[in-house]
Amino acid sequence: MDTKEILLSIRDLTASVEEEEILHGINLDIRPGETHVLMGPNGAGKSTLGNVLMGNPVYKQTGGSILFEGEEITGESTDKRAKRGMFLSFQNPLEVPGLSLDAFIRSALRERTGKPVKFMQFNRELMEKMKLLSMDPSYAERDLNVGFSGGEKKKSEILQLLMMKPKFAILDETDSGLDVDAVKTVSEGIRAFQQESDGALLIITHNANILKSLSVDKTHVIVKGKLVASGDASLIDEIGKNGFEAFGE
Amino acid sequence: MSEMRKDPAIDIAEREDKIILNDVNRELYDFIDEEREEDFYRMEEGLTEEIVRQISEEKHDPEWMLDFRLKSLKIYNQTPVPDWGPPIDGLDMDRISTYVRSKSDMVGSWDEVPEDIKNAFDKLGIPEAERESLAGVGAQYDSELVYHNVREDVAASGVIYTDMESALTGEYEEMVKEHFMKLVPPTDHKFAALHGAVWSGGSFVYVPKGVKVEIPLQSYFRLNAKGAGQFEHTLIIVDEGADLHFIEGCSAPKYNIANLHAGCVELYVRKNAKLRYSTIENWSKNMYNLNTKRAICEEGGIIEWVSGSFGSHESYLYPSSVLKGDGSHAEFTGVTFAGRGQNLDTGAKMIHIGKNTTSFIDTKSICKDGGISTYRSSVVVAKSAEGAKASVNCGSLMLDSISRSDTVPAIEMRTDKADVGHEAKIGRISDEAVFYLMSRGLPEAEARAMIVSGFANPVSKELPLEYAAEMNNLIKLEMEGG
Repeated sequence: MDTKEILLSIRDLTASVEEEEILHGINLDIRPGETHVLMGPNGAGKSTLGNVLMGNPVYKQTGGSILFEGEEITGESTDKRAKRGMFLSFQNPLEVPGLSLDAFIRSALRERTGKPVKFMQFNRELMEKMKLLSMDPSYAERDLNVGFSGGEKKKSEILQLLMMKPKFAILDETDSGLDVDAVKTVSEGIRAFQQESDGALLIITHNANILKSLSVDKTHVIVKGKLVASGDASLIDEIGKNGFEAFGE
Repeated sequence: MSEMRKDPAIDIAEREDKIILNDVNRELYDFIDEEREEDFYRMEEGLTEEIVRQISEEKHDPEWMLDFRLKSLKIYNQTPVPDWGPPIDGLDMDRISTYVRSKSDMVGSWDEVPEDIKNAFDKLGIPEAERESLAGVGAQYDSELVYHNVREDVAASGVIYTDMESALTGEYEEMVKEHFMKLVPPTDHKFAALHGAVWSGGSFVYVPKGVKVEIPLQSYFRLNAKGAGQFEHTLIIVDEGADLHFIEGCSAPKYNIANLHAGCVELYVRKNAKLRYSTIENWSKNMYNLNTKRAICEEGGIIEWVSGSFGSHESYLYPSSVLKGDGSHAEFTGVTFAGRGQNLDTGAKMIHIGKNTTSFIDTKSICKDGGISTYRSSVVVAKSAEGAKASVNCGSLMLDSISRSDTVPAIEMRTDKADVGHEAKIGRISDEAVFYLMSRGLPEAEARAMIVSGFANPVSKELPLEYAAEMNNLIKLEMEGG
């Protein structure tokens, strides 16, 4: 298949953290609009993959290649990857005192598009998306993630996803630490993203609940830094029943 | 009583931070206007009795003021240089001209201000700010005010806003005499004595009982002359139940020889009155800023200081609040940014005398490119100040490993019937927070500037919009370089 049709192509990717190799040769192709799920036990390298794809300097890519829309992005800085249309929803979103959520999203959009953001239009859209995510509108003016509950932080990530409309987003354990209602709300937000755009998703999780109402194209299992199985959505149920033991954990 | 707390976007960890070392583009402030010699009167360099007498004569001082100046000069000569702050060996009074003025008189219309001086203020946006958002403006160029104006409706309410010289030689002489350097006596320290001897310019404000001035008054101080000193005196009296917001701005072009600023601010806040005093100080980096500011509050009076210190080579600046009256209240919110070649020693002083007085200090200091920022404060609770409450909160942000940040908070309590809290945070920008912002498309420098602006936000949000914008612009300039 022509690589140009592939949005993200990962080949023989190895990566380490503090000199210890965590990823031992990952191969993965994601096409526009596809939703992939990455599951695996704790410490398998799920979050490492997300961080390496986004260029977090703490994680070091030691080999292999990452092509985004056919272009090599290995070594490229995080902001440039974001400008290409990549996005990472953080497992633990950072708090930034003195920077309001709406001002942050506005700056990010301006940076991403290179154009000034239309104030009224932006506000209308922001309020719409916040309503969808059952977020109190007052959160828009609050300092970014400061004093947000675990659930509100994750909603703030999905809000950014919906506003930024990336071509490819990694959702790193967006469901972790959330109660049932919050998982449902966040999941609705993700579904809205799937429907509104042709953005592709890589959902990192070890909980099937968030996936219930989402359409999933492919599922991958990562164990000890290697993809050990790939399949369709039915793989999720299998893991739900039997855990990761069958995959050599 | 003291604890270290982690700021979420700030790492306490001792980690090397990569930062781009750049010189700052300060064109906006550093422009030099060549002064044509024939247009300016300039006192010879140095400090002698003869020079003080000449200044006094130039200014048509009343007799008592000349005596005051000469007495101050004696005190200056007898007082040692402070030995506890940044070194000021680079300051040689024999090479400072203490008095420089344009030969034209002060006017009440920008059109009458000499062209070159008007251009300087135009570049700083002063006339524009006056039209848009100020109730009155004073503009000092070197040693004298070149412009002073107050809106008619504000003047009609009885508010007096004039230059110190007019106040001193006119109908307010008695009021000036009663208050001038009573709060900051020349014996306070060496540079207060210097100020007493050679002071010139500044503003006099009186707000009558019950008058609430809705929009701010502003004085802008520009020191343009090379190797000169600026010694303006600001005297503000806010009478019972009145309310005022006063803003001062300062800037100067950069020369390769030392300039000196030793201003003095005295604020009298009467019963149940309220005064907010905001400063954006952006002296160029050859300036020794040895400034003294003090307020005294009567019963139920409120003083609020908002202070942004960005410029100068070295600063000693600790606005003080004397909470004399019962139930009076003081707040100090400040940010200090020390870049390359800067040693800024700033903070605040709170003196609780009255019962149930309250004070609140919230400061942020930032240092970068080898800059030194010292937070120094003193909270004194007198035996009489039963029920007093004070809180001190200081945060420091070091942007690289060659810069230095120190915290010297002193607390002195002479009664156990008071409550004083202190919290200090020292940190660096968290790499994870930078990565987070970059993951949304913000370049590294932008991400860092946003975190720093956010850190300073408690101060900028206290400023009027255009000043907050100016402050954020200054932070961005300091962060990104030219």
